[in-house]
Amino acid sequence: MSQLECRDLCLGYDGRTILHNLNFSIDSGDYLCIVGENGSGKSTLMKTILGLQSPISGEIITGDGLHQNEIGYLPQQTVVQRDFPATVREIVLSGCQARCGLRPFYSKEEKKLADENIEKMGIANLGKRCYRELSGGQQQRVLLARALCATKKMLLLDEPVSGLDPKVTAEMYQLIEGLNKDGITVIMISHDIGAALSYADKILHIGQNVFFGTKKEYLESEVGKGFGMNGGRE
Amino acid sequence: MMLVDKLSLYFQYPFVRYALVVGVLISLCSSLLGVTLVLKRFSFIGDGLSHVAFGAMSVAAVLGLTNDMVLVLPVTVISAILLLAAGQNAKIKGDASVAMISVGSLAIGYLLMNLFSTSSNLSGDVCSTLFGSTSILTLSKTEVILCTVLSVVVVAAFVFFYNKIFCVTFDESFARATGTKAGIYNLLIAVIIAVIIVLAMNLVGSLLISALVIFPALSAMRVFRSFRSVTICSAVLSVFCSSLGILISVLAGTPVGSTIVAVDIVAFALFSLIGFVSGGKSK
Repeated sequence: MSQLECRDLCLGYDGRTILHNLNFSIDSGDYLCIVGENGSGKSTLMKTILGLQSPISGEIITGDGLHQNEIGYLPQQTVVQRDFPATVREIVLSGCQARCGLRPFYSKEEKKLADENIEKMGIANLGKRCYRELSGGQQQRVLLARALCATKKMLLLDEPVSGLDPKVTAEMYQLIEGLNKDGITVIMISHDIGAALSYADKILHIGQNVFFGTKKEYLESEVGKGFGMNGGRE
Repeated sequence: MMLVDKLSLYFQYPFVRYALVVGVLISLCSSLLGVTLVLKRFSFIGDGLSHVAFGAMSVAAVLGLTNDMVLVLPVTVISAILLLAAGQNAKIKGDASVAMISVGSLAIGYLLMNLFSTSSNLSGDVCSTLFGSTSILTLSKTEVILCTVLSVVVVAAFVFFYNKIFCVTFDESFARATGTKAGIYNLLIAVIIAVIIVLAMNLVGSLLISALVIFPALSAMRVFRSFRSVTICSAVLSVFCSSLGILISVLAGTPVGSTIVAVDIVAFALFSLIGFVSGGKSK
């Protein structure tokens, strides 16, 4: 059984449908890239997968031991976060929040988990630093460590490299690839079709023409050719 | 030792002690939530809600209610919920809706007071509601007890939900996506802030409540860099400034509310300087 399956999904907001009859499934350990033009519904799809918004029709089925609230999420930065006074450790620890339920404070295991993930992201030396004083790449690592506290199975990344310079971008992709090799399913939303094609093993292209399949199939498809040509060589 | 003598003389009067107790409690509560509100870009909510409370008070006065709390508290709580909890999806966004409700209820309140006034000293009434000129020095024992109980509840709720409030403040959609009931905590924050504002109207009046909410938080953010230290510093600073402000106003005979706010402003300047010198980000 696949980890996440979307059946006949119709998405939209304010009563307007922007995506019709979307069908795809993700297995454990996959690296799926969601590409598409601005306004094609990438963010709406993501919000629906996360359960922040309900689909107009159709359903999302999670399986293989995955619950909807076990999807780790790396959101795009918000204005609020840019000058937020909080240490790296406080933020990473907040990823454990959902495990707490009504318990008011974090347990020893949760603190240990947070420290492990800080270590894993290579930011152990920044633990006590203030989030707003970090560089863009370091901030993304902090948020990634937080997402790892919330999941062991699936990560959903919303444009994880937007605003980063090429060197940091490459490091970020390697970091994500490493996590995927450790067995975490990765769903990444990206504008960067080049990176999508070099790291992902499945592609979901949404827009006027919808495509879902492996990378190889995508490169041979009509949708992929058109988009790959324009988008890949900017 | 003139000053000490004078102070100990004043402290023999229960109303001075009451004022100090209520002042400390209210400033503690408001500063705790202030950090969250400032970070959520809702600095003006204090202002907006206090004007709602002013409007509700006028209505209560017109209706001839002896205990206006019955009307003021529910109306303020409902407005807070509308502004904070439903704010994300509303058609009119955060700052605009706060401004709209704030100005609207101020105008309606004043209009009603003018049309149906029973008092001979209308402008005096309005002035004391807006600036809280004397009411803190005329508190009854029941009011002090009510205020103490509510403050204890607010502080307890804040400590109990501290980690959840942090999570919801820092990143609401992440919290939602990983299964934290963000809506409920937003609701909780809204209700608590409404209660604090209704309480604080006695202390500084409805125009100056925002100062109690935002100044300690902003000052603490100049210097400290973790959420916990900012929260603690903001609470300590707020209690200190309010106590000092009340003492000064008792000794010098200045209006309580504006004296407290003036002390808060001095503290803010001081903290900005410290933050600047110590190399903290002074943005």
